[in-house]
Parts: sequence; C-alpha cells; structure tokens
Amino acid sequence: MAAEETVKNVIVPNESDYIINIGPQHPSTHGVMRFETSLQGETVTHIRPHCGYIHRGMEKMCEKDTYPQIVHLTDRMDYLSAHMYNEAFCLCVEKALQVEVPERVKYIRTIIDELTRIQSHALWWCANGMDLGATSCFFYGLRERDLVLDIFEETCHARFLQSYNTPGGVMFDLHPNFQKRVKDFLIHLRKKLPEYDKLLTNNIIFRQRTEGIGVLSKEDAIAYGVTGPSGRGSGFSCDVRKIAPYSAYPYVKFEEKLATEGDSFARYRMRMDEMWESAKIIDQLIDNIPDGDYQVKMKPVIKLPEGEYFQRVETAKGELDVFIVSTGEKTPYRVHFRTPCFSNLFIINKLVSGLKIADLIAVSGSLDLIIPDIDR
Amino acid sequence: MAFNIYDFSTLTQSIDQGLNKVMSPGLATFTEFVIVGVAFLAFYALAGLFLVYAERKVCALIQIRRGPNRVGPFGIMQTLADGIKLFLKELIPINKADQFLFRIAPYIVTICAFMTLAAIPFSKGLHAIDFNIGVFYLIAISSLSVIGVLLAGWASNSKYPLIGAMRSGAQIVSYELSVGFSMLTIVVFSGTMQISGIVESQADGWWIFKGHIPAIISFIIYLIAATAEINRGPFDLAEAESELTAGFHTEYSGIRFAFFYLAEYVNMFIVSAIAATLFLGGWMPFHIGHWAAFNHIMDFIPPLIWFFGKTGFLIFVIMWFKWTFPRLRIDQLLTLEWKYLLPINLVNIVVVAFLVLMGWHF
Repeated sequence: MAAEETVKNVIVPNESDYIINIGPQHPSTHGVMRFETSLQGETVTHIRPHCGYIHRGMEKMCEKDTYPQIVHLTDRMDYLSAHMYNEAFCLCVEKALQVEVPERVKYIRTIIDELTRIQSHALWWCANGMDLGATSCFFYGLRERDLVLDIFEETCHARFLQSYNTPGGVMFDLHPNFQKRVKDFLIHLRKKLPEYDKLLTNNIIFRQRTEGIGVLSKEDAIAYGVTGPSGRGSGFSCDVRKIAPYSAYPYVKFEEKLATEGDSFARYRMRMDEMWESAKIIDQLIDNIPDGDYQVKMKPVIKLPEGEYFQRVETAKGELDVFIVSTGEKTPYRVHFRTPCFSNLFIINKLVSGLKIADLIAVSGSLDLIIPDIDR
Repeated sequence: MAFNIYDFSTLTQSIDQGLNKVMSPGLATFTEFVIVGVAFLAFYALAGLFLVYAERKVCALIQIRRGPNRVGPFGIMQTLADGIKLFLKELIPINKADQFLFRIAPYIVTICAFMTLAAIPFSKGLHAIDFNIGVFYLIAISSLSVIGVLLAGWASNSKYPLIGAMRSGAQIVSYELSVGFSMLTIVVFSGTMQISGIVESQADGWWIFKGHIPAIISFIIYLIAATAEINRGPFDLAEAESELTAGFHTEYSGIRFAFFYLAEYVNMFIVSAIAATLFLGGWMPFHIGHWAAFNHIMDFIPPLIWFFGKTGFLIFVIMWFKWTFPRLRIDQLLTLEWKYLLPINLVNIVVVAFLVLMGWHF
C-alpha cells in the first residue's frame, strides 16, 4: 500500500501545482529534454524528467553493424567526449581480441583524451555561465575550445566527431605540428583559466547562485551512480583513470580532485580543477611520445571470440561502460553502453525540490548533461 | 529665427511668436503640440535604433566579437533592417488570449516611455514640460509601465509569460522605492522638485561632487535600482531567457514585440538621462566652484553634448553590467532591495537632511 501511494504521488501531481514544461524546446535544457516541473509560486515541488526525444536506438543499431562501423556510432552519444567514446569501444574490442596496441597509440589516445576533456569542460563552462545569465562566458569558453578543435582538425582531420580511433590503433599518425601546437595551447590555457575565475568564479552573484544550492550527498551520489566531476563534487571517489587505469594513464601522475560540499559550486570547482589536472597530464606525455606504429595490423574482418567483454572509461561527464556480448559473428549479439549523463540526470528531482526555478536551471547546468548521451 | 546652440529658448520662443503671428492662439498651441509630438516620435525611434545598435556593439566588444558589420558601414543599418523585418512579420494570433489586453499592453509600455521623455531637459530651453513637481511626475509615470508588463504576461494565456510578469511586478514595485528615495536625496539637496531648478542648482558643481558621500551612495543605489526597474541584466528576471525563454513577451511577435523591445531601450535612455540630470548636472557643463577661467572654457562645449555625453556614459555602464554579471534569483533580488538598499537609503536621506539643515554641503 505504502509503495503504491509513493508511486501515485510521483505520477499524479498535486492538484494545486502549477505545472510547466521546461523543454523539449528550451534554451537551457541543452537539447531536446523535457522537465515536467510542478511549481508552487516560484518554488519547484517536483520534477519529472522525460527523456526519449532524441532516442536513436543506438544499441540496436550496433547489432547490425560490424565492429569498425560501430566506432563511428559511439561518438554520436556524447559528442563533446567523442574521442573517449571511440576509445572505450576500441579498448573493449582490443581486449576481446587480446591485441596489445603499441605504446605510441596509448600516448596519443591519452593526450587526445585530455584535450577532449579540456574542450568539453570549456564548453560546459560557457553553457553554465549562460544558464546563470552571464552571457559573455559563452564566447570566452568557445575561444579556448576552438583552439583544441584546431589541433584535432590537423591531426584527426575532423574537428568535432573525430572517429580517430580504430580497433587496434588510431587512423592517422600525429601531424608534425601536433606537439608544438599542444604546448602552445597549454601555455595559452594556463594564462586564460585565471581569467575565467575573474569573470565568473569570484563573482559574488555567481557564488550566491551556486554555493549551498543543489546539495548532493555522498550516499545519494553512490546510490544513484552519479559519477564524474558531479560525483566527485560530493566526495565520491569514482575516477576510472585511477581505479582501472587504461591507455597511458598508469604512466602519469595526477591528482583526483575531490570536494565534500556536494553543491553546485563544488561541481563547478571540480571541473575547473580538472582542466588544470588535464593540462598536467598532457605536460607529462607530450614530450615522451614513443616512436612506433600508430596502428596494429588487424584482420580485414574483425570477429570477436564468443563471450562477454567489458571496458570502463572516464569521460568528461563520468564513467562510461561498454559491454559487448559476442557469439563469434562479425556483428555483436548485444552491445550495452552505461552512459554517465543518464545516471547523472535522475538525481535532479532530489537536488532541486524545494528550490526556485532559477535554481533548477543552475543545478541542471552544473550536472553538465548532454541529452543525446541520455537518450542514445 | 535666432538659433543658438547654447540656449534653445530663443529658438523655441521665436517659433512660438512666428506661429502666433500667422494663426489664432489656440491653433498655434495645437500646432506646437503636434511639432513636439512629432519631434519626440522621431527621437523615440532614432534613440531606440541607435541604442539597439550600441548595445550590439558594446556587447560585441565585451564578448570579443565584432558585432554587426555587414549591413551598411560598420553595420549601422542592421537595426533598421531588423526593424523592417519585424514590421513585415506576421502577428501570430494567440489562442484564447484576452485580445484587448494583449493588444493594448505594448502601447501602455510605449506611452509611459513617451510621457517620461517629456520631462527630461535635453539642453537649456529644450524641455517639453517643465513642471514644478517634475521629480514627482517622473517617479509617478515611470512606475506605470509595470501595468503594461503585467497585462502582457496575464493576457498571453501562457505559463512562462505569467511567471515573467509576476516576477516583474514584484521587482518593479520593490525597486520603485529605492529609485524614489535616491531621487529625493537630490530634491533635499537642491530644495526644489522642478527639474530645471535642479539643473540650475548644479551650476557651481554637480551634486555627486557637492553632496559628499551621501550623494555618491544615492547615485550608486539609483544606478542599481534603475537597472532593476527597467528589467535589464543582472536583474532581467522578467525576461530571463535561460529560464523563461523570453519572459513576459514570449507570445508577442512582429511589431508588437518591437514595441516592447524599443521601449526597453528607450527606458534605458530615460533612466540614464534622469541619473545624468539629477546627479551629474544634466546639460550643465563641468564647473568647479569659482574657477572662472576653467568654467568659461567648459561653457564652450554645447549643453547638448554634455547631456548626451553623460547619458551615453551611464548607458554604457548599464550595458556593461548586463554583459558581465550573472542573473540574480528572485528571492536574492528582493532581499537586496528590502534588506540592503532600502535601509541604506532611509539612513542616507536622514543624513542628507541633516547635512542640508546644517548647511554643510557646498
């Protein structure tokens, strides 16, 4: 009975509530996402997130495609962490085939991972500022992001969805300019990140809008599986780069930033700190890229041996898990992605209930949700 | 016709005499009304167009962009092109909206802006109405525009505009107090409510310099409260595009939207002009006490340039606010007004009264 009551309360809103749909077309949902929001005045009493507006049946599509083809599908989930998604799938296939990729590939992948992380966080910073009404942030963040995309364009021959990884390595060798450009970029980034702090982090209005707002406890973070910077803002140590290092992460020293407050500002700080950490990681790798092949010779048709394979990767948003079931065919029997944004989304009702509409926007911005990643 | 850039009263008087010569006094007065009305209409449109362009350029400057630069030299025709586009656009009828209120709302906002404009002295003698209770009139009229905003939100029969309108109502009613009190500070200083009298009282120095620290405090409070009153960032909660898409005018399209948009920019001009008039001397040149030579040199710059220079500077400051600060939340906004600005203002006005009684101001 009690359980039925609870379910009823969740589904049937209170009669006196003023219900507005934030989304599916709304500037602050960052995509086609609908928050059915019950309001009492300005206060949010309940949120029911409705996803599925951009569902493309990604996992089903994978069952029809060969393994090299699937790589190009994966980056359509979280387009801002495109390289990491490609890498996760390739790592899983390599694990299944027991292929050891050359050291050079590991280094290249890790450097581009971290560059991807920086550009993803830079874009998040713009969008978060925009959600809070600081429109100018958008242009400053995009300035740094564009420099990263220029580097990608030169090396990966694509700016946004690079599809740079293939099972067994990467598509092209590094461009001769790569090292120089990355180093120049890091110098630039270290000059510009303090500017971000001047514009937004130390702004009193911004502090008031984020500090103590949308507090996520560590228990809830673990229970809901909130990973990535959002989880680490609550003190949940969940960095896959530390727990299960892959590619060149075992060779580098970096800190897993943790905060205990769990509010919007803690999540904000985590991402800002991660940009500094990413710069540190690239610093350690960029001068030591070993010589060698950038690609292992693979069979023309990749067939995974029968079995179940699993790979974890830390994307810019959180933990991405890839699970492949193979029956020995050239297409997988089943592929499942555990995407970070899906888990990070459903905590929002808990965070925002009792706060104002403006806080809903601020908190959903601080969770860094990518809608195609939720729907797949 | 005697035209004098330093004093427009000769020009206006000669027009008045000329008209009275050729027609009856009643018809002459009517003709003058029409002339003033057309002049304000032209000014309203031009100021709106220019300010929209200025906003785009200032915002581009802050956001490391170039702003409009395709239509006409430096993109100056861009706003005109946008205006024509809005003019030709379909007015989308809103289902089950209260048609009468829905249509009247933009006009109320526009009329308020017009009426306020009438009381602003642009230059010596260039002043549509010079009430003896000018400041009172300004306070009364400028708060009327909230009715237009509330009507727009209410009549749209839509949820986002309603929230925006209610926010706007709470906000304007609250900040009206601070605006009024900081204007009263200057009334206490100058001892008159007549706007021309307030400008004349600043002949030997602007109130912001003459009025010690209380004048500076009330100037800052006025800037904050006026920014809030015209619904501009960081207090643009009524529009709040990241929360309420476009706030109270979400359902408006075409020329009706343009009326709201234009009124917003003209209101920005108006609050800056009032601040310039009350605190920075209006069209009065920059004078320092008894430095006759210096004052004389300053007098060579025409009053119109002084007025528009000061107003332009304040408009830039207000734009600067908008493009650097994040938006406040509604409860923080009201807290700022009722717990900080209003008490400071009340204490400030008592201090000012004391200063004036003791004759301690310059």
